[in-house]
Amino acid sequence: MADEDRQPLNLLWLQSGGCGGCSLSMLCAEGPDLFTALESAGIHILWHPSISEASGSEFIELLETIIHGEQRLDLLCLEGSVVCGPNGSGKFHRLAGTGEPMMKWLAQLAAVAGHVIAVGSCAAFGGITAAGGNPSESCGLQYDETVIGGLLGKEFLAQYDLPVINIAGCPVHPNWVTETLLQIASGELQREHLDEWGRPRNYADHLVHHGCPRNEFYEYKASAEKPSDLGCMMEHMGCLGTQAHADCNTRLWNGEGSCLRGGYACINCTAPGFEEPGHPFTETPKIAGIPVGLPTDMPKAWFVALASLAKAATPTRLKENAVADHIRVPPRRRPGSKS
Amino acid sequence: MSRRIVGPFNRVEGDLEVELEIEQERVKSARVSSSLFRGFEQMLQGKEPGDALVYTPRICGICSVSQSVVAARALAALQGVTPPLNGELAINLILANENVADHLTHFYLFFMPDFARETYRGEPWYPMIESRFRAQSGSAAREMLPARAQFMHLMGLMAGKWPHSLAIQPGGTTRAVEMQERARLRAILFGFRRFLETTLYGDTLENIASLNSIAALDQWIDAHDPGSSDFRRFLEVARALDLHLLGRGNDRFMSYGVYRQQGEPGFRQGLWDDAEQPLETALITEDLSHSWMVHQKSPRHPFDGITLPDADVANAYSWCKAPRLDGRVVEVGALARQQVDGQSLVRALVAESGGNVRNRVIARLLEIARVVMLMETWVMELKPGEAFCNHKPFPQVAQGYGLVEAARGSLGHWIKIKNGHILNYQIIAPTTWNFSPRDHQGQPGALELALVDAPLRPGEKDPVSVQHIVRSFDPCMVCTVH
Repeated sequence: MADEDRQPLNLLWLQSGGCGGCSLSMLCAEGPDLFTALESAGIHILWHPSISEASGSEFIELLETIIHGEQRLDLLCLEGSVVCGPNGSGKFHRLAGTGEPMMKWLAQLAAVAGHVIAVGSCAAFGGITAAGGNPSESCGLQYDETVIGGLLGKEFLAQYDLPVINIAGCPVHPNWVTETLLQIASGELQREHLDEWGRPRNYADHLVHHGCPRNEFYEYKASAEKPSDLGCMMEHMGCLGTQAHADCNTRLWNGEGSCLRGGYACINCTAPGFEEPGHPFTETPKIAGIPVGLPTDMPKAWFVALASLAKAATPTRLKENAVADHIRVPPRRRPGSKS
Repeated sequence: MSRRIVGPFNRVEGDLEVELEIEQERVKSARVSSSLFRGFEQMLQGKEPGDALVYTPRICGICSVSQSVVAARALAALQGVTPPLNGELAINLILANENVADHLTHFYLFFMPDFARETYRGEPWYPMIESRFRAQSGSAAREMLPARAQFMHLMGLMAGKWPHSLAIQPGGTTRAVEMQERARLRAILFGFRRFLETTLYGDTLENIASLNSIAALDQWIDAHDPGSSDFRRFLEVARALDLHLLGRGNDRFMSYGVYRQQGEPGFRQGLWDDAEQPLETALITEDLSHSWMVHQKSPRHPFDGITLPDADVANAYSWCKAPRLDGRVVEVGALARQQVDGQSLVRALVAESGGNVRNRVIARLLEIARVVMLMETWVMELKPGEAFCNHKPFPQVAQGYGLVEAARGSLGHWIKIKNGHILNYQIIAPTTWNFSPRDHQGQPGALELALVDAPLRPGEKDPVSVQHIVRSFDPCMVCTVH
């Protein structure tokens, strides 16, 4: 599409079986702020639940004009799962003011949307809302956890020929969303830019492990044993940072944070099914003392050999600091050396 | 008489529908319906207790830390652990960061844009409000969002991220603060203070927090032009539209107390019912008579509460339960919190006109000043090098509860564990109190009561007065039903 032909992209943002946390995370966008980022991409917000004026009947009229083709919809964003219960009726979430299940509205709107974007792991896969036996019978727009299908079905392609774009995360980082929208607006985002779960590779080709400030502890298997310890959290504390697809430790949250920098485990919240790990979230399951989940792409024998070698060579500084909440032993200067 | 259904309401967290009965251009009665059910209480059954720290913050993206703090308290009651002083201070700072940010979000993004609607175009104050607060295009949100985002760098530093942190544990926090980080926290708070003093108040936090009577407030308003700060802009509109006559509740206010430090809360716990009274949480029950839930013989205390949804039950109109204190309705939120705590201006406003749209908003804005000043003292009390977290294991069998004040009011978790796993987990959120349906005695919930007598403007489909009243509570619907 040539630049001069490009019209503003109309965005509609809806919420269903979720917590609203992805929208709230979006409001934390910086450099630039959310409004500026969207304006720079020529994105026009038809409606967003936290920032639009229209309420009640004005909003329902808007949905109807979109479904009837009187209003072009380029970007349909859903935050929260598709709620199908009880017994497939969708009554657990009827869109207020309409009496109709939200899942029906979503199916009608998705059929006319240019792109359909699942914002957060609930909308993508079911997410936290599908945990614990899934009492609300939630699924994602095009996945039911790891099984393709969901509300819209395996074959679904939106009007502009992409499947559902799954910006997974719990919550999303604001810039995962703004950068994906900017790429869409410039016509750059293609099928090959989405990974096997439909996640934009712009963040999902990274691992949370990249840039983790605990990497030296990881290298020497100097492990944290309890909350607030500084050591690597993979061995005991349930950390999945070496397997989780996201750039949390290179991009950072709320200025300079990440789960690991905050002192707690990565729970792999960008992955389908993360909400039911099969063990307590902050305890690492092990077989014969070896963590069950190995770092991505690392052969087991290699990991076991390296780990035992590393443990044998762990410097005292890392051993002691790993189980403390602040640096007890600073790095020392080698005798005769400048650093 | 006519009926109409209003919804969905945006600029509230989550999905809400209100059915109005209208007579002579006024609301005669209202039924408030929470339209989304997810079932967190069921999800938690059978889980390891510590997993509640992952699941419960995800009930709500705007009260995420409040859910974390209250879950950690309930778990701490099971373990018999208490945080060290640094841990308490860190939890207070993280919670205050969320609560203050939520107050700002509410005022600038959720509440004020309703006064920039076309229906008010003819009002003399309209140009000032429209340019400042119009949804999406107003100048105020564009100043507030960057200030809020920088303020929340405190969260990045102390809690890793927001929302949905795991930093808050039963025994403290996972992130010790170092000396240079404490210095940076002070700088973050200084920057935020500057925004508040320049943009929100047009005055110092100290002067705002010490407003102690209606005369002092009137004098403060008249000392400068209404356009000199956002608080004055609101007060100008509140005067012009008589917002103190809109949305009166039943004036019984509850607060669980919050910002505990060495056993003493920063804001007191209690009940206000014409006078200050002690709060007996043993008298809390949840009534299901008008909820889409399998009914039970009588309302139960949350330790014994059951959550079994049934979309087809008779007489029901909401997924929300109806919590009651000693069988009666209470209002919760910043106004309740400041009333119970005894803030002088709030006490005077409530004595004059009760709980209403204007007073709820004034209390919220006063609270921002009070809390930010507290945050400044807590930062100074942090002791780098000393412990932030204590540790104890979970017992096999126990019960416990936690209470906290979220931005929008009183939040409680009640937990029972058996064989080391969760047997029952019950949650009562602030908006469950405020937006509850009727109970078996037919008593309407706090919002249902506050909507009675709301006036309609000619030709309105979605009455703007109803919008003001609903949003004056700063509802969080995703917490309400959970």
